[in-house]
Amino acid sequence: MESRIVGRAWKFGDSIDTGQMAIGQYTRLGVEVYSAHCLENLRPEFPQTVQPGDIVVAGKNFGSGSSRESAVLALRYLQVGAVVAEFFSRIFFRNAINLGLPVIECPQANLIDDGNNIEVYPLQGKIVNLTQNCTYQGLMLPEHLMKIIRAGGLVPYLEQTISSSS
Amino acid sequence: MVAQRTLAEKILARHSGDSAVSAGDIVWAEPNVAMLDDPLGPKMVQTELRRLGNKIKYPARVVVISDHCAPPSTIVQADLLTLTRNWAHEYRIERFHEYEGICHQVMMEKGYVRPSELVVGTDSHTVMGGALGSFATGVGSTEILGVLVTGQMWFRVPETVRIEWDGSLPDGVMAKDLILQVLGDFGSMGLTYRAVEFGGSVIDQMPTDQRFALSNMTVEGGAKAGLIPPDSETLAYLHDRLSESELESLVLLHPDPEASYSDRRLYKADTAQPLVAVPHNPGNVHPIADVDNQKIHQAYIGSCAGGRLSDLIAVARIMKGRHVDRGVRLIVCPASRTVYQEALRQGILETLYESGAIITAAGCGACGGGHSGVLGAEEVCISATNRNFKGRMGDPSSQVFLASPLSVAAAAVTGEITDPRLILA
Ligand code: SF4
Repeated sequence: MESRIVGRAWKFGDSIDTGQMAIGQYTRLGVEVYSAHCLENLRPEFPQTVQPGDIVVAGKNFGSGSSRESAVLALRYLQVGAVVAEFFSRIFFRNAINLGLPVIECPQANLIDDGNNIEVYPLQGKIVNLTQNCTYQGLMLPEHLMKIIRAGGLVPYLEQTISSSS
Repeated sequence: MVAQRTLAEKILARHSGDSAVSAGDIVWAEPNVAMLDDPLGPKMVQTELRRLGNKIKYPARVVVISDHCAPPSTIVQADLLTLTRNWAHEYRIERFHEYEGICHQVMMEKGYVRPSELVVGTDSHTVMGGALGSFATGVGSTEILGVLVTGQMWFRVPETVRIEWDGSLPDGVMAKDLILQVLGDFGSMGLTYRAVEFGGSVIDQMPTDQRFALSNMTVEGGAKAGLIPPDSETLAYLHDRLSESELESLVLLHPDPEASYSDRRLYKADTAQPLVAVPHNPGNVHPIADVDNQKIHQAYIGSCAGGRLSDLIAVARIMKGRHVDRGVRLIVCPASRTVYQEALRQGILETLYESGAIITAAGCGACGGGHSGVLGAEEVCISATNRNFKGRMGDPSSQVFLASPLSVAAAAVTGEITDPRLILA
């Protein structure tokens, strides 16, 4: 995973459920299709205008509801650089780590405004707001999760551990 | 004094081999059961499983159930069922089921979920297993892939919220109303990362299939597990489903009396009343009187939250001798074939049919917008299911009100949201 991500902040509210990122009626049609509708019910311009490296910033309980990984895959397909939220729903949080999407829990996420230019250091849990000229410290992940993140997700991590043990 | 522990702490301690674990610790443990469903199971893990050596560590611990797309309504769904069936066959998964009902219900009926065990599944409502005293939780597809390959998974031991109801439930109020009360009080994120432990005399008297609704919907508050300590009712339920030797090998863990809880709520059941979660959030809960006269187009009885035998019996009490309002479709989707068959045998389906209900195949049905009762533009549905997120059951402009099976039936009769106690009186 990249050690530094820079992009524009896209601000969302509380309790954004996975069904908004991967809308049920499109999920069976493949990631090219459902990612093109990602979060459109909340911000219609999002899937079309989001740029590689942009950062999704949200309030509390991001990724609630269904356990669908397509929510993470949609964000990844759109090349969202990271998600910063006050806190995450637990299944989404695990899914993101397992699929190598940087997620940072940061109680000050609400201080970031839509459109701010943001720099994220996922391995340090650090966020720099270039627009407001300030820094926030998010939660650091425990070492065993860092290993998965550094490997880029659970599958590459298991691939490494399996090949090193055989 | 020995440290006092919650049920969640005890179960995770037992499985991690470390008797001292408490909330906040991270443990590695081997789940007893890994359940895969049709949308998020085999299809999502097949390629990566090959990449990781193509071998399932403990095939006997795996359960595969097709429910969301069964029976299929599109070619894509039909192909998904074929893929799932072939995958189960290829990896010699003996515990494979399709067309038998909703995965969580089938897991209970087949005796796959047992007290004090650790259960993971690729569906968030796996938490329902907590109603039999197991630590059961939903995971993503890649997570389950890790379990298939290594047999293990990490868990952060959650803090526990203890919720008790004392007294006895008034007529017209169901388990669904109790869990809506909790969701209203804690909000849709108030239980995030935490386990819930239920107790009190109302739970003691509650039949297992109503307890399922409580555990099931704890995830709507963000909970990781919704536990009911096993009691004589739990054992009676399992008695019909397990062999002698399986029954003898059960381990029954209970929370300690002085366990430490992050929060405790004591409710008086006699003041409980029918409640409704209004669009588009299961935590947006109001007394039913706040929304009465709301016109509806569909009334839906079904899902892993509200399609069981006791639910259908309650619904039949309202529908007997009455008729579904003109302009409303009442859809009844039994949670499993076993529920369907028993309701058929008891004449309940006949009562519902005569009242004008449409009875559909056992499975997930329209709960997740799959088939058999999807909502069109601007349609309003009152539903015994567990989620009313925007667009969940169909068009994004449709609205879903969550309520008990009794309240759904009352609305089906009058054509608008109605307090079921007015009809039962
Ligand atoms: S019935 Fe509904 S909530 Fe339950 S597993 Fe099926 S789609 Fe999910």
